[in-house]
This record gives sequence, C-alpha cells and structure tokens, in this order.
Amino acid sequence: MELKVKKVQRLDGVREAFYFPAIFSGLRLTVKHFWRNLFGSKDVVTINYPEEKRHVSERWRGRHRLTRNDNGFLSCVACYMCETVCPSKCIHIEAGEHPDLSVEKYPVVFNIDELRCVFCGLCVEACPKDAIRMDTGIISMAYTSRETFDFTRDLLRDSYDPKAHSNPKYGDYDLPSPSSQEEALPNSQGVPAT
Amino acid sequence: MELILEIIMIPAVLATIKILVIILMFAMPLGTVLTLMERKWSAMIQDRVGPNRANIGKFTGHGALHLAADGLKSIFKEDTMPKGADGFLYFIAPFFGLIAGVATFAIIPLAGPIGDFTFQVTDIEPGLLFIFAITSLSVYGAVLAGTSSNSKFALLGGTRASAQMISYEVFMGLALMGIFMVYGTTRVSGIVDGQNEYWFGSLIPMWGVFTQPLGFVLFFTALVAETKRAPFDAPEGESEIVAGYFLEYSGMRWSAFMLAEYVALVGVASLITTLFFGGYHVPWLHLWEGAPQWLVTILQVIKFSLFTLFFCWFQIQLRWTVPKFRFDQTMALGWKKLLPLSLANVVVTAFVILAFA
Ligand code: SF4
Ligand code: SF4
Repeated sequence: MELKVKKVQRLDGVREAFYFPAIFSGLRLTVKHFWRNLFGSKDVVTINYPEEKRHVSERWRGRHRLTRNDNGFLSCVACYMCETVCPSKCIHIEAGEHPDLSVEKYPVVFNIDELRCVFCGLCVEACPKDAIRMDTGIISMAYTSRETFDFTRDLLRDSYDPKAHSNPKYGDYDLPSPSSQEEALPNSQGVPAT
Repeated sequence: MELILEIIMIPAVLATIKILVIILMFAMPLGTVLTLMERKWSAMIQDRVGPNRANIGKFTGHGALHLAADGLKSIFKEDTMPKGADGFLYFIAPFFGLIAGVATFAIIPLAGPIGDFTFQVTDIEPGLLFIFAITSLSVYGAVLAGTSSNSKFALLGGTRASAQMISYEVFMGLALMGIFMVYGTTRVSGIVDGQNEYWFGSLIPMWGVFTQPLGFVLFFTALVAETKRAPFDAPEGESEIVAGYFLEYSGMRWSAFMLAEYVALVGVASLITTLFFGGYHVPWLHLWEGAPQWLVTILQVIKFSLFTLFFCWFQIQLRWTVPKFRFDQTMALGWKKLLPLSLANVVVTAFVILAFA
C-alpha cells in the first residue's frame, strides 16, 4: 500500500522571510491585551477560586443532603431503596421506629461514605420520598482524614428553618440515636428469630 | 570629613563605590523585580491574574511578596548534584553568566559627567570591544553547566547554547561596525556624545537608531539570541530538552542562572539605550540654556532609566509574542540572513560615509 503524503503549504516569499510583518502583527495583539489588563484587568477570565466560586448548574451532582418534610422532620422513611441501588455500596442505613406513630420509620443511622461515592445520582432517582438530593452545590470536599468523609445523618440533613415549615412540632426534634435494637424499635414485637 | 572625601576620590575606591552603587542599586534590583514582572506581565498578555498568593496575613502586595518567597525557597532548597557530575565545574558554572551580565554595566554611563566625576565605572578606550569579550564569557556558563551535569539533556542544551551564542556573536560585532564608523570611536562616551548632534538644525537627534536602523535591528536580534531568550530559546527548549543546560541545578545555583538571565536582560536594555537611543542625553535639552546642572543630571538619569525599562518590557513582550525558532531555523537565520545583512550594512554605511564626508 502506498503511503499517503500530504504536502503542507508553507507561506513563502519576501514578506515571510523577513519575519517583521508577522512579528509586528503579533506584537500588536499582545500589547493590546497587555494595556487593557494593565489598567483594570478587563479581559481576565480567571476565577480566584477560594474567594470566588464558579456558578454551578442546578443539576450538578454535589454533596448529598437529606431533605425535611412539611413538619420539619426528615423526609426519609428508611426504605433502603437508595442503599440497594447504590452501585458503590456506600450508603449505610439503620431504620428505627419513631416515637410519633404517624411518622413510622426513620433512619437512626444514615451514613454516606463520600470517598466511595461515584456521584452517579442513582440514590436521588431511587428515593420515593424525595428525601435525598444532591443539589447542595458543594463541589469540593477536602479533608485530612478518611473518617471525615463518612458523612453522618446529622451532617447531611438540612438545617432547620422554622419559617419554612408549617408545623414545627418536630422542628428541632433532636433525633434520637438509640444504642440498641430494642431502644430503636420500642413498639415492635421484636425481630423474629430466623 | 576631608579625609573621607580624599579616600573616596582615590580612583580604585571610587570605582569600587560606583560598581557597588550601579550593581546593587540598579542592575540587581531591576533584574530581581523583572523575574516577578515577567510573570505578572505575561499574565496580563494572556488574560490571567498571575502570581498573587504569597502573603503575610492579609497583605499580598499584588504578588510583590513572591519575590521574598522565591528567595526564601531557593535558599532553603536542597542543593543537589547529580551522580557522576564534575563537582568543581558544576559548582562554578552558574556564576559565569552572572558575572558576564553584571560586567556589562562597567562601561554604561547613567548620566553625563559633572566636571571630573563620571557616572560610569570606567570609560576605557576599547569600550564596546570589552563588551564583546565579556559577553562571550557567558557562553562558558552554559557549556560548563551542560558538560559537567552528567545529563544528556543538559549536554544537548549546552551544545545548542554554545553553537547559537558563538554564531550570533559573529554578526553582533559586525552589526555594531556601522556604529563605530558613524561615530568614529569605540569609546562609549564618544558614541553617546556623538548621538547628541542634530540633523536639520535641531530637528532630529542623530541617534543610533536613525543613523543605523538596520544595525539596530541586527544588534538587538543578536543580543536577544545571546541572552537565550525566546524566540531564540532552543538551548533551554522546555518542550524537548526540559530546561537545557541548567536542568540539573536546584536551589541557589538555579537562581543564579535565572538571575543571570534577567541581569543580562537589563544589560541588553541599557546597551541598546546607550548605543542607539542617545544614552543619557535628553533630546532637545540644549535648547534650554542655563538649565541648572543638578536638574540636567536628574533628567538624564530619568531618561536613561525610562528607556532601559522600556526595552526590558519590550524584550519580555517579545518573548510572550513570538514562537520559538527550531534550532536549525535559528542557525539558518543567523548564518544565511543576518550575517549577509550585517555585512551589507557595513559596506553601505562605508559608502554613505565616504560619499557625504
Ligand atoms: S450518588 Fe451513586 S454512588 Fe453516591 S451514594 Fe448515591 S447511588 Fe451511591
Ligand atoms: S433516602 Fe429515600 S430511598 Fe433512601 S432510605 Fe430514605 S426514603 Fe428510602
């Protein structure tokens, strides 16, 4: 097979041989930018990162948050949908029974290991209660220890805003973190032995 | 008091003082500031912000503290030497360039003489020939660094540097031949005073750039090639041989190479000012009769500094505008275009002088 050869067209002639026209047109451009930026940084496109933040789209998948319902309580009903769908198995939920029977279940433990998370957003789509979202806009998490990346329920939940919730009964309800199974499920008949 | 004055007026002492003042208060500070300015100005050219993070508390000085940070860093950085390097040559190589760069300032007058006192370290008869001798020394820095590093990239860089600098030195001398012929001397003060004449009454000063436009372009090109800055930075060639001849250096010795580059940059700017832009002479100042001597001297220093600064800026602007020449292009440009041009310049100048003299 014959090799294909592409002839590159080179600019020849006196104008190119003297370099000066090209150098001067280049200088005109760079000097223009230099002068514009010398007085007031007009063209600078840099974002001074820690002080200025780039605009993040609303659909951008950032750190998770756990939403609250109208009562101001966590919307999550501890159904394990997200934990099941999660491809990197980084969500860890333990369900508990709420003192208020109308609320039924709630997550006693809800940990997300953000180091293992691949930010696929499947947990958000799986949730039947719109309880987990990734719209915090937190695009970078930098800590110095692995444990810090293991976000707990209380770190993930939204901060409580009394004005936004109609019935602030459970607003700042300090979610109990029971130590034993019996404490977490006081109304249950006990877990059947298998 | 009188004793001190007498001691100061001893030629050797006076020369030492002048050397210290010119080097410590003009060449070195300007060179150091230019290391930062190059980064800042290149940022402006490329629509960036440039270095602005070094800080003491809230104070950053728009990046000025990076100078201190750089200095501290290079002092505390480990001074490495590659295995198998030639220790002695490796040790002295960085200082050739620095010394050559600084020595340029020995013959550059910052202002006109007041009586017997000159603002110039020495006004020797050979003048510019001394400059040629000194700048050719700086090639040793590159060659020694390249050969003693025991590194192939450094060796390549050193070889390129020596080939480039030697070939551009040839027509650097030839380009200045025209200046020697027009002003009839190689003494720097003679050339500077020669540029204080005027054409058509007192309309156009006889600056070197007007009497020798081609010579100016050639000499400037040659000097840029001598300092190994873009577009003639094939010896450093980041994209192919990493950093060329000073690849293996670190810490203070690396800084010596960098500083040498910027001192040479200031040297080039002041040489161009002196030889082609009237030196310290402020044009049309002779029209103001009875100007006080102190004011004239201050104006001269200001004029000289402004032009020097301008050419420092211009070299940096040029570096961030023009792409690098390939090494064979550098050579072809030097031997096939600039050398014949400078020879032609000499011949034409000679004819013109013969015809009008
Ligand atoms: S974003 Fe994906 S990987 Fe991360 S927790 Fe949700 S389902 Fe798991
Ligand atoms: S966050 Fe949603 S999907 Fe996950 S356990 Fe709670 S309710 Fe179920």
